[in-house]
Amino acid sequence: MERKSLGKQIKKHLPFYFMMLPAIIYLFINNYMPMPGLVLAFKRYNVRDGIYKSPWVGLENFRYLFTTKDAWIITRNTILYNLAFIILGTACAIGVAVILNDIVSKRRKKVYQTIILLPYMISIVVVAYLVNGFLASDTGFINNCIMEPLGLQPVSFYSETKYWPFILIFINIWKGVGYSCILYLANIGGIDPGYYEAASLDGATRWQKFIRITLPCLKPTIITMTILAIGKMFYSDFGLFYQVPMQSGALFQVTQTIDTYVFYGLMNNGNIGMSAAASFYQSMVGFVLVLATNAIVNKVSKENAMF
Amino acid sequence: MVDNSKGYKIIINTILILMCAACLAPFFLLIASSFSSEQALIANGYSFFPREFTAEAYRYLLQDASVFHAYGVTLLLTALGTVLSILLTTLIAYPLSLSSLPGRGIISFYVFFTMLFAGGLVPSYMMWTQIFHIKNIFAALLFPNLVTNGFIIMMMRSYFQANIPGEVLESARMDGASEIYILFKIVIPMSLPIMATVGLMSGISYWNDWNNNLYYITEPQLNSVQGLLNRMLTNAQYLKQAATMGSVGANAVPTTSVRMAVAVLGVVPVLCIYPFFQKYFVKGMTIGAVKG
Repeated sequence: MERKSLGKQIKKHLPFYFMMLPAIIYLFINNYMPMPGLVLAFKRYNVRDGIYKSPWVGLENFRYLFTTKDAWIITRNTILYNLAFIILGTACAIGVAVILNDIVSKRRKKVYQTIILLPYMISIVVVAYLVNGFLASDTGFINNCIMEPLGLQPVSFYSETKYWPFILIFINIWKGVGYSCILYLANIGGIDPGYYEAASLDGATRWQKFIRITLPCLKPTIITMTILAIGKMFYSDFGLFYQVPMQSGALFQVTQTIDTYVFYGLMNNGNIGMSAAASFYQSMVGFVLVLATNAIVNKVSKENAMF
Repeated sequence: MVDNSKGYKIIINTILILMCAACLAPFFLLIASSFSSEQALIANGYSFFPREFTAEAYRYLLQDASVFHAYGVTLLLTALGTVLSILLTTLIAYPLSLSSLPGRGIISFYVFFTMLFAGGLVPSYMMWTQIFHIKNIFAALLFPNLVTNGFIIMMMRSYFQANIPGEVLESARMDGASEIYILFKIVIPMSLPIMATVGLMSGISYWNDWNNNLYYITEPQLNSVQGLLNRMLTNAQYLKQAATMGSVGANAVPTTSVRMAVAVLGVVPVLCIYPFFQKYFVKGMTIGAVKG
């Protein structure tokens, strides 16, 4: 009886399975088919034998990768930049959402939001041009219109590492804050105004209301967004680290992340073994991070867990 | 909060105006530089006001076949990609929003898992180039990574769940409407904000894509605008080199301002179209994402 009704159910829903087929096939090809290719990390790849017939070399690729200084540098850069992006990015997004929410005029609010979201819509290549417009050592705005009139020495930004952590963090927030504040703005808009009125009657200051009402109401969203971000701690925005420093070798100490390293290994150096090893390392640690953060959240506040 | 004192209002408006200025200023620098003369740029650098105003760079671009061609590639790619993307995403998101669908949990997990784990660049590159042989064909710009993904599928599914009442679908079925008819004539017209959101997201990601060009394309013929910009960023002479295949005397290229002009051409359509869609974008994002 049960079986038959399931069969009937499936038959009734047959058109839906056909509808889903193209996307299922696409995800299979684009996302699932490359997964077994991770075994490349344990092989000495050569074009003639392809992925599956190239000889196994065990952990040799990993041994090479982790004896170079590169493994440490790319891991450090990837994690530290992500930490900065998570902490400062979330703080800025909440700050912008709070003040946008306090703008009474709807029209003005919309204009502000449209402009602040604009950088998010622009490709990172164009961002690299914009940044270059300011930083270029010969024709850049900063050297020509600020340093020179002040009688200061021009700075060659593209060969000095010390500026780049700040530049990259600034650009990341500049580009992303409009997008990340959307969700917080919607949440703040949904908070019952009664809370704020009651707090005002009790003489609460604006800051107290922010700490005692707004932040606790945003907590679930903050937790969810942070989990998602921590799960991606081992991934970096390839465009940001590849385009914006304009591939300047002098900056690799502070701009090379796992993603750019994998790319250079694959395309420029032809060092596919190390590249595959780094890629494998990234996929695995990234996956473990997602599972671990989700497990922790399951313990701390179950309703915020993803699965 | 209604108790906005005058001082607080001034402070928050000032902060927001400064932020808006920071968001817009770089574009002014870009546009002003593209209208400056080559000699002035080399002598005095980029600035917020055109130096020795001239449209020389754009005049050059009008004659240069490769930029025109790249624009054509980008337009075709964006149009095809956006349609494909909306279609595939809707076709899977709608069934997944129906609680009666057998196997819904398994298929949802199949979609969701792609957000948790990925093979990475090396295996993907090997697969696309060696199994599907997409190196240097148009499909290389269209298919890898951009068609649909777990995030937008889940977003659209949540939107359908929250906004399409089951009774509407039920009564349409009672009237004997086919599922395809219901999807295209009832569900989609009721979901225009999320369609606009997904359309804008994929339109922007196709328009802005340079990764696929970087990985899979070496033929200048297949450069999109962003691909061209990517190549010109570190190789200012790229147009000059590519121009040997083209029409103009290659020596006269005003490299510095032309780079800026191409970048302007790469962003202007986005700057023009996006404000009209922004409302839907924000709406779809919030409604779709509120429930994971």
